[in-house]
Amino acid sequence: MMTRSLIVQRISRWLAPFIFIYGLQVILYGHLSPGGGFPGGVILASAFILILISRGKEEAGRRLPLSRAGRFDNTGALVFLAVGLLGFVLGGSFLANFLQRLFPGRPFSLLSSGTIPVNNLAIGLKIWGGIFLAVLFLSVLRVGGDPDRGLKTMEEE
Amino acid sequence: MSPVYLLVFVLFLVGVFGLLTRRNLVKLIISVAVIEAAVNLFLVLAGYRREGIAPIMTEQHHRAEEFAARAVDPFPQAMVLTSIVIGLSLLALLVGISLRLYHIYGTYDLSEIRKAAREEDR
Amino acid sequence: MTVLLLSLLLFMIIAAVIALYTEELISAVIAAGAVGFGSSAVFLLLRAPDLAITQIVVEVIALVLLIRTTLHLSGRGVGEGPSGPRVRAAGLFCLAVLVSVLFALPRLPRFGEPVMDRIAAAPSGFYLERGLELTGSANLVTAILLDFRAYDTLGEATIIFTAVLGALTLLSRKCLTSCPAGREEEGER
Repeated sequence: MMTRSLIVQRISRWLAPFIFIYGLQVILYGHLSPGGGFPGGVILASAFILILISRGKEEAGRRLPLSRAGRFDNTGALVFLAVGLLGFVLGGSFLANFLQRLFPGRPFSLLSSGTIPVNNLAIGLKIWGGIFLAVLFLSVLRVGGDPDRGLKTMEEE
Repeated sequence: MSPVYLLVFVLFLVGVFGLLTRRNLVKLIISVAVIEAAVNLFLVLAGYRREGIAPIMTEQHHRAEEFAARAVDPFPQAMVLTSIVIGLSLLALLVGISLRLYHIYGTYDLSEIRKAAREEDR
Repeated sequence: MTVLLLSLLLFMIIAAVIALYTEELISAVIAAGAVGFGSSAVFLLLRAPDLAITQIVVEVIALVLLIRTTLHLSGRGVGEGPSGPRVRAAGLFCLAVLVSVLFALPRLPRFGEPVMDRIAAAPSGFYLERGLELTGSANLVTAILLDFRAYDTLGEATIIFTAVLGALTLLSRKCLTSCPAGREEEGER
């Protein structure tokens, strides 16, 4: 294992929560300001990828276990589908914005525009889980070395 | 005719040329990324309005007709947003494939990989 | 503004050429990152802040992935370029495309005049005028992405799901251990 400098470890420990909160803000205000589920989800993933790079995969796996990242991925996709089906039932067409018709919030406020924030959250969750999983798996493989050793720590969660 | 479009096409062709002539898998991935960047830029350029404003309403600009006359086209932007994220997942898949090939053959060079595969077949 | 845009595009082209012709893979990867960050800046100039945010974050993660592919090489080169005829054929092909692009360029809309102004049936005007009223979302890009064109987003979510699944399958322990060097074993599945 490569030794990592103390400065990098310390600073990344301080930085990661801020990146995470920024990601949440980008997702939650996606319908009011630039942002949304896609960039927000990637920012959330990058907070954990920072931990993965600076403090090793054991630490990142402890913060966000593989199984939970996979579950985030699935939950996001399922919530998005569920909102679409609810739109089919309540709004007349698949993915219809039924909440906006039922409770039209005040424009430019956080609780407005019906299903869009819900979908943003779902997509953010999905991208977070998916991208983190992909980067984790790609970084685990020891190219040219013994593949078992690298993967064992991850799959024994 | 604007040189902006021409430069975007040149960027696209640089990517195509790389894709046709390079043999290293990492270079091929980079070429795909360059082509993707050029296409995204072209789509967004098609919706740009000179002195336009971003397609995000604020409390100051929310009179719809006035806003529609000044804002840039939001539609290509939405499509390009999906394309960028798809590009990331495509890149993850490509990196996965090339790491796997390196794992098997010990090189990123496509012609060497082809040679080794042919020898294995024999 | 246009000058800035043109110089950024030139910067991207130069970075792309460097990325494709430098010998060391790690410098190629860093030049590819320059292309991505340049396109993020161009998006900001083109009044697309959503895209600028997304592109810059995506580029960071793409750089992490690409550097991951080159780290273990420890500065080994790419080797010599490919043989002559292939380069010449590719160059001829690109030249032909460039010439046809030169003929096509005057037909393109002029820079700074969006296509939606020329085509009355384009949906963009409708989205701009009635987006806030119909969806309540102030960010019209999000309104299109998650309301007007949510099907596209659903399809995109499917693509990402599939791609991540593919990467995971390629690198899972089962695949790595059961077929260590084998293309034959993979063929049987």
